[in-house]
Formats: sequence, structure tokens, C-alpha cells
Amino acid sequence: MGRACLILLAVLLPLAAVSLLVGAAGMDAQIFALSRLPRTLAVILTGAALAIAGVVMQQLVRNRFVEPGTTGTAEGAALGLLAITLWAPAAPIWAKMVVASLSAMAATALFLRLIRALPPREVLLVPLVGIVFSGVLGAVVTFIGWQTDLMQMIGIWLMMGEFSGVIAGRYELLWIAGGAAVLAWAAADRFAILSLGPEAAIGLGLSPDAVMRLGLVVVSVTMALVIVTVGMIPFVGLVVPNIVSRRMGDNLRTTLPVTALAGAVLVLTCDIVGRLVRYPYEMPVGTVLGVLGAGLFLWLLYREPARA
Amino acid sequence: MPKRLIVLMVALLLACAAYLFWGLSGPRWGFVLGLRALKLAGMLLVGAAVAVATVLFQTVSRNRILTPQIMGFDALYVLLQTALVASLGVTGFAGLGDLGKFALEVAAMVALAVVLFGTLLGRAGQDIPRLILTGVILGVMFRALTGFVARVLDPNAYAVVQSASFASFSRVEAGLLPLAALLVLVAVALALRFGPALDVLALGRPMALSLGLAHDRLLRGVLALVAVLVAVSTALVGPVAFLGLILTGLAHVATPSHHHRALLPMAIVLGGLVLVAGQTLFERAFGLQSALSVVIEGLGGLFFLWLLLKGKLR
Repeated sequence: MGRACLILLAVLLPLAAVSLLVGAAGMDAQIFALSRLPRTLAVILTGAALAIAGVVMQQLVRNRFVEPGTTGTAEGAALGLLAITLWAPAAPIWAKMVVASLSAMAATALFLRLIRALPPREVLLVPLVGIVFSGVLGAVVTFIGWQTDLMQMIGIWLMMGEFSGVIAGRYELLWIAGGAAVLAWAAADRFAILSLGPEAAIGLGLSPDAVMRLGLVVVSVTMALVIVTVGMIPFVGLVVPNIVSRRMGDNLRTTLPVTALAGAVLVLTCDIVGRLVRYPYEMPVGTVLGVLGAGLFLWLLYREPARA
Repeated sequence: MPKRLIVLMVALLLACAAYLFWGLSGPRWGFVLGLRALKLAGMLLVGAAVAVATVLFQTVSRNRILTPQIMGFDALYVLLQTALVASLGVTGFAGLGDLGKFALEVAAMVALAVVLFGTLLGRAGQDIPRLILTGVILGVMFRALTGFVARVLDPNAYAVVQSASFASFSRVEAGLLPLAALLVLVAVALALRFGPALDVLALGRPMALSLGLAHDRLLRGVLALVAVLVAVSTALVGPVAFLGLILTGLAHVATPSHHHRALLPMAIVLGGLVLVAGQTLFERAFGLQSALSVVIEGLGGLFFLWLLLKGKLR
């Protein structure tokens, strides 16, 4: 384990302790087991999984300024979730999960197809197209929501991620997202090679399409799980990988654990801030991250490049 | 006056008549007519405000795919509204009255927009994708900050802010109409008065300076006008990101001229026409009250996407 991992763990553990101790209700064994512990675990898993999904997405697109939230993946998952909520409201949660994953995959594949038409030199056009594409998908979600009186669900649940609803029995799916992140780490070298371009990948004896499919599955499943359990959480997948890569370079096998830990630290910090800033009320973690993440993104956009 | 403009104006008049008188019957027709006239006035004002704001913004940013709303102007306005409530307190805010409140918001908006977007346009003038991305992210940040401030203010008051985050052309703030009309008229008159100067401004800073134009001062003035117009349209109907893009796109098709004195009237008439005809169709023919804004925004978003993919950045 590297030094960066140890430092981040030393930050994460006290934060987790704080998260376990902070809350509106008094502390007893039942509250701890049913609410505090599941919530803290859910936050950590979500942060780590989102950061890893961000890295994988950036390798797939070969662009540093994208994340699953700005490539239509998240909105695709939301659309799938909305569709199954309308057609089969009684479907079990795993069925909702599968539908959300599939539609997230379809939306991401469409985005990857779209950006092929872009001129390769215009690096910043890719995130821009992604944001507008997500916006159009989001407008479809909104329109269906208006027509079917589901705006409440969309506005509160899907569009603004928060952890206040997490209790034991309602977050365990996130362990699968954690598993997807481990899978991504196991395949880290392949993603690193894929980011060199399809020609280089073929030259090194790797099928770019297979790695592409693996990446799509990892990203889509992660996003669908996070959206089904907590809702959209912006910017984690974007700023964390960029900051880690700025400090440590791009050797994915060593940086992925650091990225996962850093993502967990970021989301946990924002969640604690959201719980304390208007105590005993709560601010959704998505709102806190919207402010902080946008600031960090602008800084990344205007900073001098770290290396030539 | 060019023939196409006259044709469009006639079409606009017909659309207005259709909106006012279609299905007008029953004992309370006078009341219905009054209500419709208010909404009609609101739509015409918003159409004009959005059209002029977009044309002016595209002139100062020197490209054809931006609208002030894409760059986060409307999000800034909503944030200011919320922040003013937070700083003055709900009661202090109510004491100002509708018009005083609106005037204060517009003044704050002008000051902030000129400083912020003036710097941005000056700094990233060459790198258009980075400029747009910055604006989009600023918009995201303003919206998140609005949510943040609103929740710190009163966790239950969030609903008030949320209702302001979707546009609806059938819900016009009638109390603001007189002041809004005055502001839009003054802004349009100013834009037409300085039409030739704007034509020069569109050539870019070096050219404008060498032709003897006080470039920076005019740029700040134009941004102030844009800020006022966006404040008016956002206050009246809510945020509309891509409507302006459709209007300027249509205006450029309708007139080959790049002169502001030809382009602006065309865009204004088109703005009224799209909104009034669209609302008449959706409200009366399809029975969908709030669908027009969603459809316009969806189409506008697709149009924007298409422009990006075609690489028509300038």
C-alpha cells in the first residue's frame, strides 16, 4: 500500500467516526445498526464507486473532462428507472436495477457514437456535447414526469442525491457497485492501454471492443446502482480522478485505489457538511457537491497544465 | 421595410388574434379576454426580450451558438433573488413591494453580470469551447448555490425556489408587466439606436478599436442590456435556455443581412410569433398547458447539439 493510500485512510477513518456520531436522534445500539452504520457505509461505497466510474469513463472517451454524469449515463439510468416505475411499479428492485443499467448502457453507447463525429483536436467539445446530451435526456425525463405526475419522485429522488433515506436493508445493492469498482481495478491495465487508442491496443494484442464493453458495463451498472439507491451525485467522477492524476500520474493500477479512497473522502466530507450546516435539518449531498464540485471543475479548467 | 418582415408581422397579428379570440364565448368573456390579453402581453415581451438578448450576446461573444442562458445568466438571476431574500429577510423583502423588489434584483443582476461575464469574455475570447463550458458549469454552480442558500434560509422554503426552476408561458407574473414592458422597450430602443456601433463591435476588438469605437465601454453596456433583458424574461416566465438560439437561427435564415437594424426587428417578431402561435396550438389544440416550454427547450437542445457536432462554433 502506498503512502497516499495511508494518508487518505488516516483522513477517512476519523471522518467515518464523525459520520457515525452525528445525527438528529440520540444514539443507541438500534439507531447505530439500522441508520448510522448503513449510511456511513453507503456514503463510502458511493464515493469510491463514482470516482472509479469516472476514471473508467475518462479512459473510454479518452478525455479528461467527462464523467458518467455528463455523458448521458446517469440520465439514461434515470430514464430506465422512470420507465419501469411507470409500466411495472411492483417490479422487484433487482428488475428495476437491470432495466436502469441497460438504458444507462444504451445512452452511453449513443454518446460514444455521437462524439466520434467531433473534430479530434477540440478536447473541450466532448464534455460540452455530453452536458447538452444529458440535458436533452433530462428534459425527456422531466417531460414524462410532468405528464405522469411523477415530478416529486424525479425532483427529490433522482435529480438530487442524498443519503438521508439510507437505512439497513436499503443500501446493500451498493456493495455490487463496490464489486464493479474492484473489477475495474483488476482490469486497470487494459483500460490504460485502451486510452492509448484502438490502434495501439490492437498492436499490443488487446481487443479494444471487448475492453470497451467491459468499461461500459462497469460504468452503467455503477451509475444505475447509485441512482436507484441514492440519486444523482454530480462531479465526483470528474474532479477526483483529475486531482489524483495531477498528483500521481496515470498508472491506473497504483492510482485507482487512491482515487477510490479520495472519492470516499470527498463524498463523506460533503455528506457531513450537509448534515451539520443546518442541523438538525439536512442538506442533500448533491447540493453541497454541486457547489464544491463546480468550483473545483472551474479550477481544473483554468489551471496551468501540471506537466508539459 | 423588407417584405419578409411585413409577412411575419401579419402572421404575428393573426396569431395574436387567434390566441385572444379562439373559443371565446360564454357570459364571462370579458374576464377571459382580459386574462388572455395579459398573458399575450407577457409572451410578446418575453419573445422580444429573449430575442434581443440573444442577438446582442452573440454579437459580443462573436459566435452564433451561444445564448445568455446557456452561459448561466438566468441561473445568476435566480441565485440573486434567493440571496436577496436571505440577506434582507423575508419580511424586509416583502416591505419593498413587487416592483421595488424587481428593480433591486435587476440592478444587482446588471452589476454582477457586467463584472463576471465582462471578465470572462475578455479572458477566454479566443477559446470558445472553454468559454461555453465555463458558462455551463457556472450555471450549474449558481443553481446548486441557489438550492444551498434556500435550504439554509428555511429548509421548507425550498419549494418556492423549485417552482422557479421550470419555465411556463401560461403563467405570467402580471404585476411586473408595466415595469417589464418599460425595460424591454428602452432596451430595444437602445439596441436599435446603437445598431451601427454594434455592427462594428461584431468585427472584434482590434478592428473595432481601429475604426474608432470605444470597444470596452460598449461591450459593458451591451452586457448590462443583456442582463436586464434576461432578468425580465426570467422574472416573467422562468428560465428558457435554448429559445433564443432558435430565434436567432430563424432570424438569420429570414434575413441575409448582418446589420443589427435588420436582424433585431426580425428576431423580435419571430420571438412573438413562435411563442404566441406555439402557445395557441398547445393550449387550445392539444390541451397541454405547460408543454410548450419543454418542447421548445428540447428542440433547442437538439439544435444546439447539432450545431456542436457540425463544428459550427463561430
